[in-house]
Amino acid sequence: MSPKKDVWQGTLALMILKTLESLGPLHGYGIARRIEQTSGDLLSVNYGTLYPALLKLEQEGYISSEWGTSDNNRKARYYKLTRGGRKQLTREALEWTETTAILARFLSSKAQTS
Amino acid sequence: MTSLRSTLLRLRNLFHKSRLNRELHDELSSHVQLHIDDNLRCGMSPAEARRQALLSLGGLEQTKLRVRDQQIFPWLDSLRRDAIFGYRQLAKNKIASLAAILSLALASGACTSAFRLIDALLLRPLPISHPERLYSLARFVTDFDGKLREFDGWAYPDFQLMRDAAKDQAVLLAISYGDRIDLTYKSDQDMEKVNLQYVSGNMFAAFGLQPALGRLLTPDDDTTPGAHPVAVISHDYWTRRFSNDPATLGRTFRIGNNLFQIVGVAQAPFTGTEPGTMTDIFVPTMMSPAAVRKDSTWHRTFAIVQPGVAIEPLRSKLDSISRAFETERSKSWSNETPQEIARILDQTLYFSPASSGASGFQQDNRRSLLALGVLVLLVLLIACANVANLMVAQASSRAREMALRISIGAGRRHLLQLVLIESAILALLSSATGAIFAWWSAPFVVRMINPSDNPVRLALPADWRVLLFGIALTLAVTCLFGVIPALRASALQPANALKGGPNGAKDPHSRRRLMYALIAAQVAFCCLVLFVAGLFVATFQHLSNQPTGFSTDRLLVLDTVSHDPVLPVTWLQLADQLRSVPGVERVSVANHALLDHWSNNNSVSVNGSAPSSTLGYFLHVSPGWLETMKIPLLHGRDFMLAETTPGAAIVNQTFAKVFFNGEDPVGKSFDELFPYGERAHYQIVGIARDARYRDIRENTLPTAYLPFLSAETRPWWSAAGATFLVRTTAANPLALASTLRQAVPQSHPEFRVSRIRTQLEINQSQTIRERFLATLASFFSLVALLLAAVGLYGVLYYSVLQRRREIAIRLAVGAQASSIARLVTLPIFATVAASAGAGVLAGLFSSRYLAELFYQVRSTDASMLLPPALAMAASAAIAAVPATVRAIRTDPATLLRSE
Repeated sequence: MSPKKDVWQGTLALMILKTLESLGPLHGYGIARRIEQTSGDLLSVNYGTLYPALLKLEQEGYISSEWGTSDNNRKARYYKLTRGGRKQLTREALEWTETTAILARFLSSKAQTS
Repeated sequence: MTSLRSTLLRLRNLFHKSRLNRELHDELSSHVQLHIDDNLRCGMSPAEARRQALLSLGGLEQTKLRVRDQQIFPWLDSLRRDAIFGYRQLAKNKIASLAAILSLALASGACTSAFRLIDALLLRPLPISHPERLYSLARFVTDFDGKLREFDGWAYPDFQLMRDAAKDQAVLLAISYGDRIDLTYKSDQDMEKVNLQYVSGNMFAAFGLQPALGRLLTPDDDTTPGAHPVAVISHDYWTRRFSNDPATLGRTFRIGNNLFQIVGVAQAPFTGTEPGTMTDIFVPTMMSPAAVRKDSTWHRTFAIVQPGVAIEPLRSKLDSISRAFETERSKSWSNETPQEIARILDQTLYFSPASSGASGFQQDNRRSLLALGVLVLLVLLIACANVANLMVAQASSRAREMALRISIGAGRRHLLQLVLIESAILALLSSATGAIFAWWSAPFVVRMINPSDNPVRLALPADWRVLLFGIALTLAVTCLFGVIPALRASALQPANALKGGPNGAKDPHSRRRLMYALIAAQVAFCCLVLFVAGLFVATFQHLSNQPTGFSTDRLLVLDTVSHDPVLPVTWLQLADQLRSVPGVERVSVANHALLDHWSNNNSVSVNGSAPSSTLGYFLHVSPGWLETMKIPLLHGRDFMLAETTPGAAIVNQTFAKVFFNGEDPVGKSFDELFPYGERAHYQIVGIARDARYRDIRENTLPTAYLPFLSAETRPWWSAAGATFLVRTTAANPLALASTLRQAVPQSHPEFRVSRIRTQLEINQSQTIRERFLATLASFFSLVALLLAAVGLYGVLYYSVLQRRREIAIRLAVGAQASSIARLVTLPIFATVAASAGAGVLAGLFSSRYLAELFYQVRSTDASMLLPPALAMAASAAIAAVPATVRAIRTDPATLLRSE
């Protein structure tokens, strides 16, 4: 197994938004675990960077938070997607797909002139 | 949008830090707890579970820090903390800080105040639609004495020709010089004074002005001489005189025999085109009696140039029209020599930008206000140097604190910020105090330049222009005194400072060198201020001590008018009646008071000679006038009550010198030549001692006094006004003012006193500008001297403190007190001497630009050069005493033991 990769700068926000879209309201720890699981444990989320990212998204109005209780009865702060966040997710996801598609085409092209 | 939202949130969070901290702690704790739960489920031991959870979070405190950076703006938070710290630092040194704030406040307040005046008078555009397109037309003319002079007066017929010629390129407007006149809404006894301007009918439309009430003047109001008795009043006058009563429309007032009707009120900010005077009433130019005269230059000509029109072709077109007009006019002059005529006709028209209007007040005070502005700026620089020195000295006592900050990881930039913020607080506090000072002092200065009988009214709004200036000044001041100390503090070497080295600076002497440089600048500026102030004071003294040739003692001047022109003899009868008023010692009549800026001159011809190039000046006086004015008669006789000699005249010494080569002129005769060929023949019956006629600055003019009874032959006699000169028995002549004001109409109902002044007041009004400059310049030179002395004291004290070990050692090995004193004071005295010299040199250089403000003062005189240098030397000596005493009293034993 190759060593785990760190989450690229800038993609963490997108992953958070996607996670919240698919799972609904979730606390920070849950989000982190989910990202790791979805990546097939290939990515390791630095939990320390998760919280500034969450705060930034909240300040930008893409997510909102409130205190709740976890499954095993722990008090935790739950984040959920706002309407603006949903739109942002669509936008970012589209952008990301396009970028990766371009990059993929670029990398798969054979050297034709040399 | 999102970035604005998050910026606002982060700003708001600055004030909710404790709640945010608590929530963050809770959230992260719960994260760790959840992780531990998971780990336990995977079968770890509780200790291992906790360790792993914290590990993967990357440390609880570190994460908190990272989140906090996102919660708020970290730099703003540190700024806030530094501001609080800076304030505490300032509060710690209360006296020093207070002195710094007050001196800066005084200086920056004075600067703001000077700016307000300069802005209001010279810079602020008129409240009209396109001030940048407004020009004033003026001419360079050659004066009698061959000097080039700017002249902006125009005759209306000339204006009409130019207006029609310029039609497609510019709108030309005739706007008269602001006139302070008498008018009445009721009877003659209820006359009041207003400022009136005759303006072209299209002025309001051309300026893009709207009426606040009724209508404004239109071109139709300005077509036929004397046929448009309508008036528009300014909003300011409407408020002051009529309390904004709408019924003001339709009211009538009378000027002389003309009845005018108020047809409208102009919108608020517009009060005429003359900064310094607020026009109350605008009437059409056609209502001016001078409108049809070719020889009366009574109005300014303004041009609103269409966009895209080049000035030069327009100028040369108007120039040739105006020259042709004057040439045509000169054909009727028969008493002038061809050279004279050529001189008069040699005039060049020019366009002068007039976006801020044009007024005599502007011209008179432009240079003096600018000079004053420079003086207060220098004082501000001196104050800044003082504060910079103070901060440098304080920085040395804080060297250890700074070193400690660097050692525990503060960046240089942060130290810079720390010191600069302290300066900014200082500057802000002093600017705020200064603003209050400026708010009070600008109107105060305006009152100082005011002639008492015609108050100058200058709009001095405290608007964004003043605010911007204040902010720019505060920033500049902060940089001036804050940057150098801040850079020095941040360039500290912590190892040195903490070891207790001299002060941690790389070069232990560099700080003292810096302080000396600041002191040198201070002393040089101070000397410059002192020198220029000395010149102003000397000018004022020279002018005030000018012998006038007559006495102002107990002399009251009553400018009196009659409703209709009356014969001169009636004035003499009235004078007789006034003599019986109790408290009156003497009464005489003249057509004007001396030194009242009025003159009547013409060429003189002796024994049929060619017209003189020097003009003779004339004044009609009643018998006994010479005695009332206490002008001694040297030879011959005074006029008799009913002077029978046809064309008798009394001349002054200068007249005899100029026209009779200094011979005794009594019994001789001369001709007065009028421009249109008439001449009047006079026989001299007496010679009087020289007395000033028009202006105290000019040499005594050749003057001939003529009998008052002959005044009716003069073209201007119809003005129906003359002046009573009343010498009272009481020491204060004004005590009799109201009695006399009533006595005049009581004895002759058609007469009315329009203005009462003392002759002293008239004389003093000649030197208003000089008094104003001398007073303010003296005040600021005192402030400058005081600040410089404080600065010297501080630097000396500091240098003694810094060299106390060296002094102690010298004393311990037997140095004399005198040699210690020399050691301490010599370098500072050398600095003072050098920079005082530089300051005076700069003063000599700058005095050339101020020459027109000086009178009979030679800047190179020793009496001008020495006092500033001596004052500086004296204050340096006084400032040196405490430090020297301290140095000599150093007790080597105590000091060296304590180190």
